[in-house]
Amino acid sequence: MSIRIIKQGVLDTIQDTGRYGYQHLGINPCGAMDTFAATVANILTGNEKNEAVIELHFPASSFLFEQKCMIALSGADFCPVLNNKPIPLNTTVTVGENSVLAFRQFRHGERCYLAVHGGFSIEQWLNSFSTHLKAAAGGYDGRQLKKGDVLYLQEPLFNFTLYHTDFFVLPVSIDVFAFYDHSPKIRCIKGNEYDWLEDESKKIFTSCSFHITVQSDRMGYCLEGKTLSTTINKQLISSAVTKGSIQLLPSGQLIILMADHQTTGGYPKIAHAISADIPKLAQMRPNRIVQFKFITLLEAEDLLLLQHQYLQESNEKINLQLNQFFSYANY
Amino acid sequence: MSVKIQPTGDHALTVTFGDAIDESINKQVLSFFHFLQQQNIEGVKDFIPAYSSLTVVYDIVTIRQHHGITAFEYMHNQIENGLKNSNVEAEESTRLLHIPVCYDVSLGIDLQEIALQKNITIEEIIELHSASTYRVYMIGFLPGFAYMGRVDKKITVPRKSVPRKNVDAGSVGIADFQTGIYPLNSPGGWNIIGQTPVLLFNKNYKEPCILQPGDKVKFEPIGLEEFEDLKS
Repeated sequence: MSIRIIKQGVLDTIQDTGRYGYQHLGINPCGAMDTFAATVANILTGNEKNEAVIELHFPASSFLFEQKCMIALSGADFCPVLNNKPIPLNTTVTVGENSVLAFRQFRHGERCYLAVHGGFSIEQWLNSFSTHLKAAAGGYDGRQLKKGDVLYLQEPLFNFTLYHTDFFVLPVSIDVFAFYDHSPKIRCIKGNEYDWLEDESKKIFTSCSFHITVQSDRMGYCLEGKTLSTTINKQLISSAVTKGSIQLLPSGQLIILMADHQTTGGYPKIAHAISADIPKLAQMRPNRIVQFKFITLLEAEDLLLLQHQYLQESNEKINLQLNQFFSYANY
Repeated sequence: MSVKIQPTGDHALTVTFGDAIDESINKQVLSFFHFLQQQNIEGVKDFIPAYSSLTVVYDIVTIRQHHGITAFEYMHNQIENGLKNSNVEAEESTRLLHIPVCYDVSLGIDLQEIALQKNITIEEIIELHSASTYRVYMIGFLPGFAYMGRVDKKITVPRKSVPRKNVDAGSVGIADFQTGIYPLNSPGGWNIIGQTPVLLFNKNYKEPCILQPGDKVKFEPIGLEEFEDLKS
């Protein structure tokens, strides 16, 4: 039994928290752009935090559930409907057989994550479910999901018998509001070549706004703003880059590297967006603006730890709620 | 220059051994890379060796949960200890791989232009390119894309000013003193001088990338017929 794609989305792929351990071979991590939302969706469905999820962009795929199951959505709001009735984000929902999940319109955010209880029955490539589009490996056949694709599910742990209704919204949810404020602030720490910037450019970097351009994708966010210049004009020797690295291109514009970034690069690294702000950044659409603010490395670590602790506490709470809920099987 | 340890974002640090593309510096990078791989340092997600630096990507949460110091301090200490205890003269990969390349102008689509630019014959380009034994300094850009050097001065050409939208998998290129093979179809700006029928990247193999940092590579010229035979 399975889930069938009945309408193809613009770029919907299987992802998890990333493929690590192979960057020395040029195999980049990929993974969910917003790992926080992917994890929230997994927690709400009683999954391990790094279980495979579907990352949806708008316009998104439509899904036919050929079996009953338990799902959760987190991240961007694309007005999800089950059998034409709206369902909330960040909430556990049980779905009856032959139900259809569709996404009506874009409201906010850039990527929505669909988790299904038990996860998908697909094979890992190099210890990860993430789709590596360039290598055509991992995920579903190494490619984006298409109409007619069928995703088989793992055996469920709970009994989702539904009476009287075609789906049921459980009183089980996670409040994610605090982690996605709508300010343009992205916190970062200095990069090795920050001091290459002219004084005026340093001021611009921390005081001006930068537009996210439409060229932005899973590889990186291309920014447009006042041109930055350096006092040093040296060809850098290529070295590793990471998710969040903010590089200065020869044009004087910036690029922030995202999930599908290359493993190495030769452009000056001006700064690095902190890990805790990557989820927020991943939900920013083209034409939104970002402003950079420097914080210390210790603050950056503490913020990520806070996020982790919140997920950890949510996980414990949700597991308890799900177990309680399904121990009274007749609902 | 002394060894520098600097953060690369909040979840990685980079150890820099020098400020040049140089075999002896790269040997230090790779021997330290191999040393650290054996150390089972807690929280390490990836090591990324490059020409003159080694980057360690780590898991902030794992480290912070088990140690009373910042993740950066913890990893910094591990690296410093490692530098004290490792032997930078450690042995190198002794692998020498022979890679067949067809330098026919139908595949080596930039041969004629390089010949013009460098005032040299195509035969000489092929002879010079296949005479040297190259070192794999690092892998980056694409899965399995090896940056190899050094190319003979007589045939060094800079990257093309406008990259091609697609370069075929297997294409062998030159960019400055570097030579490399495109493991996948990809946009690319290197000057293409031939093509290998060997798959440098195969997702179905247990080791999906044939070349490893530190390997030595020698190119063996083959004819078009042999190329077609090996490819099929």
